[in-house]
Amino acid sequence: MTSARIPRADEDARVVVVGASLAGLRGAESLRLAGHRGPLTIVGDEPHLPYDRPPLSKHVIAGEMAPDATTLPHRLDLDAAWRLGAGAAGLDRQARTIVLLDGERLPYDRLLIATGARARPWHDEAEGTLEGVFTLRGRDDAAALRAALAAAPKRVLIVGGGFIGCEVASVCRDLGLPVTLVDPLPAPLAKVLGLAVSGFLRDWIAAAGVEVRSNTGLRSLDGRDGRVVGATLDDGSTIAADVVVVALGAVPNTGWLEGSGLALESGALVCDGHARVRAQDDGLHPEIRAAGDVALWPHPLYDGRMVRLEHWGNAVAQGEYAGRALALGDGDRPAFAGMPEFWSNQFGVTIKLAGLTEGADSLAVVQGSLKDKRFLAVYGRAGRTVAALSVDCARWLPAYAEAIAAKAPFPPIANALDQPSRLGTLDPSWPTPPPEVSARG
Amino acid sequence: MADPTLFAQIKDPANRADPYPLYARLRGHPVLRQDDDSYLVSSHAAIRALLFDPRISSADLPPAHSPATGNPFKDWILRPIKDEIVTRHRPLIFRDPPDHDALRRIVMTQFTPERVHGMKARTQSLVDELLDRRRGGDAICVVEDLAYPLPVTVICEMLGVPPEDEPTFQGWATQLATALEPDARHDEETQKQTRTTFDAISAYMKDLIKEKRARPVDDMLSGLAAETPAGRMGDFDLIATAILLLVAGHETTVNLIANGMLTLLRHPDELERLRRDPERAPRLIEECLRYEPPVHFRTRKALCDIPVAGTVIPEGAAVALLFAAANRDPDRFTDPDRFDPDRADNQHFGFGGSLHYCLGAPLARIEAEIALVTLARRLKAPRLLDDPPPYRDGASLRGPKTLRVAIDGLV
Repeated sequence: MTSARIPRADEDARVVVVGASLAGLRGAESLRLAGHRGPLTIVGDEPHLPYDRPPLSKHVIAGEMAPDATTLPHRLDLDAAWRLGAGAAGLDRQARTIVLLDGERLPYDRLLIATGARARPWHDEAEGTLEGVFTLRGRDDAAALRAALAAAPKRVLIVGGGFIGCEVASVCRDLGLPVTLVDPLPAPLAKVLGLAVSGFLRDWIAAAGVEVRSNTGLRSLDGRDGRVVGATLDDGSTIAADVVVVALGAVPNTGWLEGSGLALESGALVCDGHARVRAQDDGLHPEIRAAGDVALWPHPLYDGRMVRLEHWGNAVAQGEYAGRALALGDGDRPAFAGMPEFWSNQFGVTIKLAGLTEGADSLAVVQGSLKDKRFLAVYGRAGRTVAALSVDCARWLPAYAEAIAAKAPFPPIANALDQPSRLGTLDPSWPTPPPEVSARG
Repeated sequence: MADPTLFAQIKDPANRADPYPLYARLRGHPVLRQDDDSYLVSSHAAIRALLFDPRISSADLPPAHSPATGNPFKDWILRPIKDEIVTRHRPLIFRDPPDHDALRRIVMTQFTPERVHGMKARTQSLVDELLDRRRGGDAICVVEDLAYPLPVTVICEMLGVPPEDEPTFQGWATQLATALEPDARHDEETQKQTRTTFDAISAYMKDLIKEKRARPVDDMLSGLAAETPAGRMGDFDLIATAILLLVAGHETTVNLIANGMLTLLRHPDELERLRRDPERAPRLIEECLRYEPPVHFRTRKALCDIPVAGTVIPEGAAVALLFAAANRDPDRFTDPDRFDPDRADNQHFGFGGSLHYCLGAPLARIEAEIALVTLARRLKAPRLLDDPPPYRDGASLRGPKTLRVAIDGLV
């Protein structure tokens, strides 16, 4: 469809980037690197210049790094007008105008939407806003949580066994704080890694002194005089805690787009494989691209399955892809096919995952061993390799990522260094989704 | 069809002074099969991919009944000299994970930044003492007067080898390093000598380790002989590690210093800039490591079929990674044949890469920096007397045998 393509941007084309985090910054940078010299405006709802999020749940809350030390380096002079501290309130796609919360109207010729995601709040607002209850997404969240952890709380309760929950639990143990982690699944990280692997992680986490309460949801967060004092579990038992971290994942920041006529699915902005934003009437807006945590897009490596990735690397690669497309036009640019990859540092190990584990039907540990806490495992689906997980041996991951990109048979590499003597295939063992519990939105 | 004898030409001493045109031809076929079914890998991208590929082994243990093939390169992988070194006392450069990683972690508990940086002042005074011996002369040999004696003294002191034993050590180290060259291993006389040397150095180390255990002091051998935070080494591993550190610690650094000085003498403007601004040294050393690396290639073995750069290296094949060729790859480096210490993007393979990345790199950098800065500062009007200088035999551990420089005296 030729109408879905855009030509190279006119020299004076006005570009607006909504979202001043990693994807927006990399989009703006690549727009300039691609040679676009026209007016550029970057809109951010926080007062901060773009900053790096991975350290927030690690070094920053541990007190090893000041929150403002996370500011991302300026790799080039963007020559941009920054609108920080007043986010976007709406989009008028007919008039090609962004309306900011403070009423300012920003006309655009080309638009990059990179508004990211926010922490999913606790479902009960009164409970979620008790003093001592935290979510962790932005720099200010991290600064507040750091202050709370530094005040030597008697017990930290973490709600949710995803990556953020586990990283916070790990930092708390490093700080010597008593921690309870409550999660509706049978083991932390089970949703992404499967029980075959996460069952081991659960043991390590417990061995580090975290009280892990699996298979249970939370009925309520309990407060007294406006301060949290603990929580009540689904089984009616209670846990006393003076700091509660709600780590239930993130939701896309698209509230400002309601009524814009753009297609949203579960809150995410629906795009095609070229990061073009889709309208509700199914037409494409090639002059509007989306990148990062906000976008839902078909991944060519996974048969066009719609994915929304909250990964640092995806924000970089997709931001750059969208920025180049806005500056240079589409031409014959192939669809975006960035390899999904993320990492996590917790409990003394570095976990890295390449590819998507979702729907995997087989698992093999191809290097190292689970019991040594140093291994490489691959996930297969219908005979093909779809993901690779490394725990403390990330050196080898690129070779497996290449196999995933090549849609190699499962397992992709037999006879590797440090291979277990018997290469058995396991069931990744996906947890059945827990019954709808209050802790899960 | 690419020349299937390129590796033979690279190993030919006649091409030692300037192998770079051969490397350029080789890069035209970044993964090239040789007549003996071994593979030469010469592009930066292909070497990088293989260094991080879990199907590549450094252990290359010989099969149970390996016949002598009469082919030097194949024998490099298969022959008994390797049995001697590899099987009986495999040092960690010839080992794979998980053993390699466990050994390396133990070594790293002793090869600490504190211990390495603690050698700075001593290295400076050693360099000055060595140069002072040539005071009053009108020429020096950079190799014999400095580049050779410096690293062996430094590594002996770090390990805790008594100074009176150092001369013996120098002889052993040279002999063992020679044995690491492909063609030398084919020569029976060399093999015999290597075996003798190996037995001698092993016996010596065994006694020394016993001594360190009985009376531990603050040196690396005492540390390695004891329980470390990363575990305890077995006696054979300990001996092998000590020998490796000794040999690697000076058969490579000598080349870094000598090749570096040779390059500076060929680029007098850079020598002068270094004299005026010693702060340039770190970047200059990195460029020396790219431009004239101390180790030109290392060998590995394919554990299974490995697709790389459009070729499939078959299971069991010997693979030579030509680091020095990759360091001049125009697809990776702008103007690769130009010596340019100011280049911004310099991810060379001068210290190898991945899990076997040179663990002595920080020490080598310090030694080379102090040696080159001091040579630049102290040699008055240095002029290269032989260009090219005579080279040592090694094609892999490549460097000048002598590097004679005329001077108007010492500062």
